[in-house]
Amino acid sequence: MTIRLFICLLLVPLVLLSCSEKEPEQPKPRTVGVPAFGDALVAGSIGEPSTLIPLLASDVPSREVAGQIYSGLVRYDKNLKLEGELAESWDISRDGLTITFHLRKGVKWHDGQPFTAHDVLFTYLVTIDPKTPTAYAEDFKQVKKAEAPDPFTFRVTYSKPFAPALESWGVAILPAHLLEGKDITKSELARKPVGTGPYRFKEWLPGQKLVLAANLDYFEGRPYVGGYVYRIIPDSSTMYMELKAGGLDMMGLSPVQYQRQTSGKAFQSRFNKYRYPASAYTYLGYNLRHPLFRDRRVRQAITTAINKDEIIQGVLLGMGQIAHGPYKPGTWPYNPKVKDFNYNPDLARRMLAEAGWRESNSDGILMKEGKPFSFTILTNQGNDLRLKTALIIQQRLKVVGIDVKIRVIEWASFLKNYIDKGDFEALIMGWSMGQDPDLFDVWHSSKTGPRELNFIGYKNPEVDRLIEAGRSTFALDERRRCYFRIQEILAEDQPYTFLYVPDALPVVNARFRGIEAAPAGIMHNFIKWYVPKEEQLY
Amino acid sequence: MTEYLAKRLLLMIPLLFGITLITFGVIHLAPGEPVEMQVAMNPKVSAESRERLRKFYELDKPLHVQYGKWVSRLARLDFGRSFAPDGRPVIDKIRERLPITISLNLIVLLLEFALAIPIGIMAATHRDGPLDRWTTVLVFLGFSTPLFWLSLILMYLFGVRLGWMPISGLHSLGYETHGLLWQAWDLGKHLLIPIGVATFGSLAGLSRYMRTSMIEVLGQDYIVTARAKGLSERVVIYRHALRNALLPAITLLGLSVPGLIGGSVIFESIFAIPGMGKLFYDSVMSRDYPLVMGVLFIGAVLTLVGNLLADLSYAFADPRIRTGKGGRQ
Repeated sequence: MTIRLFICLLLVPLVLLSCSEKEPEQPKPRTVGVPAFGDALVAGSIGEPSTLIPLLASDVPSREVAGQIYSGLVRYDKNLKLEGELAESWDISRDGLTITFHLRKGVKWHDGQPFTAHDVLFTYLVTIDPKTPTAYAEDFKQVKKAEAPDPFTFRVTYSKPFAPALESWGVAILPAHLLEGKDITKSELARKPVGTGPYRFKEWLPGQKLVLAANLDYFEGRPYVGGYVYRIIPDSSTMYMELKAGGLDMMGLSPVQYQRQTSGKAFQSRFNKYRYPASAYTYLGYNLRHPLFRDRRVRQAITTAINKDEIIQGVLLGMGQIAHGPYKPGTWPYNPKVKDFNYNPDLARRMLAEAGWRESNSDGILMKEGKPFSFTILTNQGNDLRLKTALIIQQRLKVVGIDVKIRVIEWASFLKNYIDKGDFEALIMGWSMGQDPDLFDVWHSSKTGPRELNFIGYKNPEVDRLIEAGRSTFALDERRRCYFRIQEILAEDQPYTFLYVPDALPVVNARFRGIEAAPAGIMHNFIKWYVPKEEQLY
Repeated sequence: MTEYLAKRLLLMIPLLFGITLITFGVIHLAPGEPVEMQVAMNPKVSAESRERLRKFYELDKPLHVQYGKWVSRLARLDFGRSFAPDGRPVIDKIRERLPITISLNLIVLLLEFALAIPIGIMAATHRDGPLDRWTTVLVFLGFSTPLFWLSLILMYLFGVRLGWMPISGLHSLGYETHGLLWQAWDLGKHLLIPIGVATFGSLAGLSRYMRTSMIEVLGQDYIVTARAKGLSERVVIYRHALRNALLPAITLLGLSVPGLIGGSVIFESIFAIPGMGKLFYDSVMSRDYPLVMGVLFIGAVLTLVGNLLADLSYAFADPRIRTGKGGRQ
C-alpha cells in the first residue's frame, strides 16, 4: 500500500527512468561478455496495468508496459534532451507557431502495416474527440491546425507559441488502421496492443503477468533481450524474496532494502544496484489563506526550524537529497545558486519573535494576540515516509515553540473533504516532476480554484508573469532565465517548505550487461542490454 | 416441502432488492468518485477532461437514475462495464478471477472439514486429556498466528533459504512449454504453502464447535442407553453420537458458501494470487462502482443460497425439523 500510493503520485511515470546530473552510482559488471540475442528480463510490479491503450491510462504500470510497445514522435534521450523517435527530425517555424515533423520511413506496425502520418493525425483527432474518455486532451487542445500533407510529414500549428508542445508529441502514436471508425473504449487493443516499439505483445495472464517478445523488425534494430516479462506481485516483501530466489530480475528497492538487506557479498555478486535522484519531491505545504501562514516570516521561520538533513537520514536512510525548489538538482531549469533557509532553531525563534510570536506563559508554546501557535499537518494514509517526515517536523517545531498535531487521512477523503475544500492548515505531500519545467498548473494564480493543483492558494504576480513567459518561448536561455528567477522568489516566499528529492533505487540481476545509468535512469537503452550466451536462463 | 422452498425463493427477491439498494447507497456515500481517483493530482488533467470522464461514466446523472439504469441492466443479467480505464465488462473481470478463488477456497474448506471434524471428535472423546489439550493449543495457534507473518516466514524458509518451493504466483516461468503432468505438479507446488497456511488458520472454529457439540451429545440419554446395551465405544461414537454432533457443522458449511467467492486481500497480495479479494479491494479503493456492486451482488446471492441450502440440508439430516414434530419420539 505504502509504495502503491507513493507511486500513484509519481505522475510522470517510471521511477526507473528518472534522472540527475550528479554522476549516478553504477556498479562495475563482472565481465563484459559477448552481446547475444535471447533470454528474458523479468520485472516486478506492485500494480497491474489497467489498459494498454496509453491514451486511456493514467497509471504507472500501464505506462511502463505500453512504453515498450508503442513509440512517440519524440522522446527524451539519456541526458533528458528531446530526440526524434518516430520523427526523424522536426522544424519549428520562426514565430514558434508551427512544428513540422519529418517521419521515419519504413516503420511497420507489429501487424505488418506501414506507419504513416495518417496514424499521427488519427492519434491527434481521437485524443481531442470529446467522446474519448482521456485525461490527456489538454496539450492537444492548444493546437489550431493539424495536417498530414504527405505520408511522412506531419504539421501542427498553434495559435500562440507553447513550449510544452514539443514534449506533448511524445505520446504513444496509435494504429489508425485498427482503431479508425471504432469505439476506442471497447477496442481489443486495450488487452492486445499493436505498436511500433521494440517489444510486441505476446500474452497477458490477468493478475499474474504480461509477456512481451522482442520486435525483430524494430526500426532501431532488434533488441538483444528476447523477452520482457512483467510480473504482478502486490506485496513488496514477496517481491524482494522473489528477487533473491531468482524469480525476478529487476525491481525498485526501498531505502531499507537498499541499505540494510542487499549489502552482503553474496547479494552483490548476483545483482547490481543503481541509485539516482527520482523525479519527485516531498514538501510541507501551507494553506496561504489561513491567517497563521499569511505572514511570510512565519513560513521562513518554520523552514529554518526544520532540519532537512535529519529527515533524509531518518526517513530515507540518506537515500535522497535536500530540495530547495520545484526542480531536480542537475536538470537544466534547476538553479544551483538558490538555497533556502539552513537549519537554525535560534534564528527561527528570533524570526518568530519578529513576527509577533512570543512566549508569554511557561507551557513552551508561543502566543500572539492570546492565541497559541498550534496547527495540524495532514497527510494521506498509506505513505509511511510522509508520516515519519511529519513526526520529525513535529519534534523540531516543538523545540521552537510551535505545537503541531498530525492527522493521517484516507486518500479519497483527503482529497474530497480537505484539499478540494481548502480545509487544512498544512500538509505533507509529494509532486512528481515532469521533464518539461512548466509550472503553470501548480503555481499559477489562475489555478487556485476547487480541484485545481495550486490548492495552497499561492498568488504572486511576478511568478505568474514568469510562468507565462517561460511557456511561450522555445528559447532555452530565455526559459531558463524565467525558471531561475521563479526559484529565487519561491525560496524567499516559502509557500512550501521543500523537503527532499528521494533516490530511485533499482536493482537488476547481474547477468544483464550493457546497462548505462544516466540522468534519465537505466531503462533508456533497454534494447542494448544483453545477456552473454553462457549465462542465459530463459 | 415444495411450498416451503417456493416461499423461501420468493422471499429472496425483495431481500436482494434491498441489498442492492443498501450497497449502492453505501458505496456512493464513501467520499471520492471513480474519476477523482483516476486523475487526482495530475497536472495534465483539466476541469474539462474531468467532466468528459464523468459524463462518460454517467456520473453526472442523479443517483436514482444511475441506480435505475444499473438495476434494469442487472435484471437482464448485465453487470455493466467497469469504470477502470480498460472499461471491460464486469462479468469478464469476475469470471477470470473466480475459478482460482473458488478452487482454492474449496480445497481449503474440504481440508478444514476433513481435519477439524476428527480433531473435534478426538478432543471430545479424550476430554481434558493430553490429546485434547494439545489439539486445542494447536488449533488456537493457527487461529491466533497472523497468517501473513506465517506465510512470509514459510516463504523465506522454503523459497529463499532452502529453495524447495516457489515463492509466489501460480506457475513457474515458461510452464506452458512443459507437459500437462509437469504443469499440475508445478501448480501444486505453488499452492502448497498458501493452502497449508489457510487450512491451519481455519481449524479452530469448526473443531471447537465439533468438540462442544460432541460433548453435549455424549451426555444424552440415548448414548447412555447405547452404552448400557453393551455396544462397543466405536459404534456408540461413530454410529450414534456423530450423526447428531454433525448438525452444527452443516450450518457452518452453509455459511461457508458465500465465503467461497471471497478472498483475503492480504493473503492474495502476499502470494501474488490473482483472486477475488484483491479484485474487490482494488475496485473499492478506485471507487469502481459497477465492479463493487457486481461482486457484492454475487456475494449476496450466494449468501442467500447458502443459507437456504443449510436450512434444507438441516431438515434432511434432522427428522425433528423435517417433520416438524419437535422432540416427540
